[in-house]
Amino acid sequence: MTSAIDLAQAVRAGARSARSITEAALEAIEQRDGELHAFLDVHRAEALARAEAIDAAVERGEDPGPLAGVPVALKDNLCTRGKPTTCSSKILEGWRPPYDATVLTRLVAAGAVPIGKTNLDEFAMGSSTENSAFGPTRNPLDPTKVPGGSSGGSAAAVAAGFVPVSLGSDTGGSIRQPAAFCGVVGMKPSYGAVSRYGLVAFASSLDQIGPFTTTVADAARTLEVIGGHDPMDATSLLEPRLSLSAALGLGVEGLRVGLCTDLLEGASEIVIAQTRAAAAALEAAGATVEEVAIPEMALGLSAYYLLAPAEASSNLARYDGVRYGVRVERAEVAEMMTATRTAGFGAEVKRRIMLGTYALSAGYYDAYYGQAQKTRTLITRALDAAYQRFDVLLGATTPTTAFAFGDKTADPMSMYLSDLYTIPSNLAGHPAISVPFGSDADGLPVGVQVLAPGRRDDRCIQVAAVLEEANS
Amino acid sequence: MTEPAPITRDDVAHVAKLARLDLTESELDTYTGQLASILGHARDIAALDLHALEPTDHPYGLRNALREDVVTASIDRDELLAAAPSVAEGRFRVGRILGEAP
Repeated sequence: MTSAIDLAQAVRAGARSARSITEAALEAIEQRDGELHAFLDVHRAEALARAEAIDAAVERGEDPGPLAGVPVALKDNLCTRGKPTTCSSKILEGWRPPYDATVLTRLVAAGAVPIGKTNLDEFAMGSSTENSAFGPTRNPLDPTKVPGGSSGGSAAAVAAGFVPVSLGSDTGGSIRQPAAFCGVVGMKPSYGAVSRYGLVAFASSLDQIGPFTTTVADAARTLEVIGGHDPMDATSLLEPRLSLSAALGLGVEGLRVGLCTDLLEGASEIVIAQTRAAAAALEAAGATVEEVAIPEMALGLSAYYLLAPAEASSNLARYDGVRYGVRVERAEVAEMMTATRTAGFGAEVKRRIMLGTYALSAGYYDAYYGQAQKTRTLITRALDAAYQRFDVLLGATTPTTAFAFGDKTADPMSMYLSDLYTIPSNLAGHPAISVPFGSDADGLPVGVQVLAPGRRDDRCIQVAAVLEEANS
Repeated sequence: MTEPAPITRDDVAHVAKLARLDLTESELDTYTGQLASILGHARDIAALDLHALEPTDHPYGLRNALREDVVTASIDRDELLAAAPSVAEGRFRVGRILGEAP
């Protein structure tokens, strides 16, 4: 499909109308989303009105912005004023937020055309979208396979060619893993680089919003639009907005790349082969590549599956049938809360709430939560030490290519292992990008991952651009 | 660090009560097994000697985020209340909070 950058250029030049682009996106969704179920809600009338306003601005000689007329889709855990925002949970069915997420405000200010809301694992807890209360999304490249998750709908919407840009959220890999499974670019920026205002909280110290795109340049441009300090998010970085496009053409001559063997541990043969091929491509482009073992990274899974549920158990306490969402009426308020939460949450969300409550409870706090927080320090220090020797780390995004529906639903631990390679970047707050690099014998894409130190999002873009070139 | 005792069915029932979740008998059985499996995986970090490390609760460390003390726009009360399941007199309405007849 045409890249966002090319579409915006054509719209700004008056060569294409935003309306025709929007109509084409809506038509494509109409044609195929009945099968794929990437979208939970399509904002047809609003999108067409918005596109017409952009065309009118161009007509008047104004510049609508760097994403002029570009259709975008938002994961349904991002607040859209007056439009349903469900987090794929029954407990928020029918809720209409009274405000927009900052990322949406910024996309619109840059000329983008929001098309609708995409499916996810309930409250972003999952790796396949099978935990959505409204049914799973199918992988556009093979509808018998999952698209990954939790941002599976956003990944599928780009992979299917519905939109050139979508947004997801990444708490333990929820952008990068579905990007790898669907063969698109997905980036989790540094913690704090993008405002979380209006992102429904899952694990606040780990959550970060980022883009799905078909090209690395589109990812850079989208991050430049949505990034930067926001007074509405106290954890957003005070630094100026990300400047990433400049990193696109730098090449990797002289760059020190650590091929991280821990990000290949247990991977399938094709995933290992493609990641090594990516390393060879960087070497051929002038980088120095050396293998590095960071065994602390393997501890990330345990730390994550204590910390994220602990934060979630606290964040999801707000769904009690009082201020928003669904209520199951009972005479007494505590009974109403219990009945509401029992009916409103799905199995995975309940599992994580209980796990987190347990990890935080008296007698277990030090052994589980406290120990996990210290492990987080251990992993961050190990990564910091590696970045004394390397500019970036390279590894696989996921241990395997996309798996089939039902493969991992019976055993939560097997599903959690999908996040093994993506979790360390969340724990450290570092940026990481997944780019497609070849495919397996069935044609399913392999994603390779570029990790960089905190606030060096530019290096992810720099290296990913070279891998994209080598893969084409 | 000494290894914590394995999670029991009673623990799960207690935690569900704290989290205001009502579980069936069979759900209690399923969750006990699943939580035990996940916590079992966490034995790898429970066994580490990490006493010398500070815990991380935020990637870059928490700092105060201050702004000028001026009044800015906020969300309209009626718009917020419109999202609530039940309201009365400009407030969220709930059932009785004490176990007595009203």
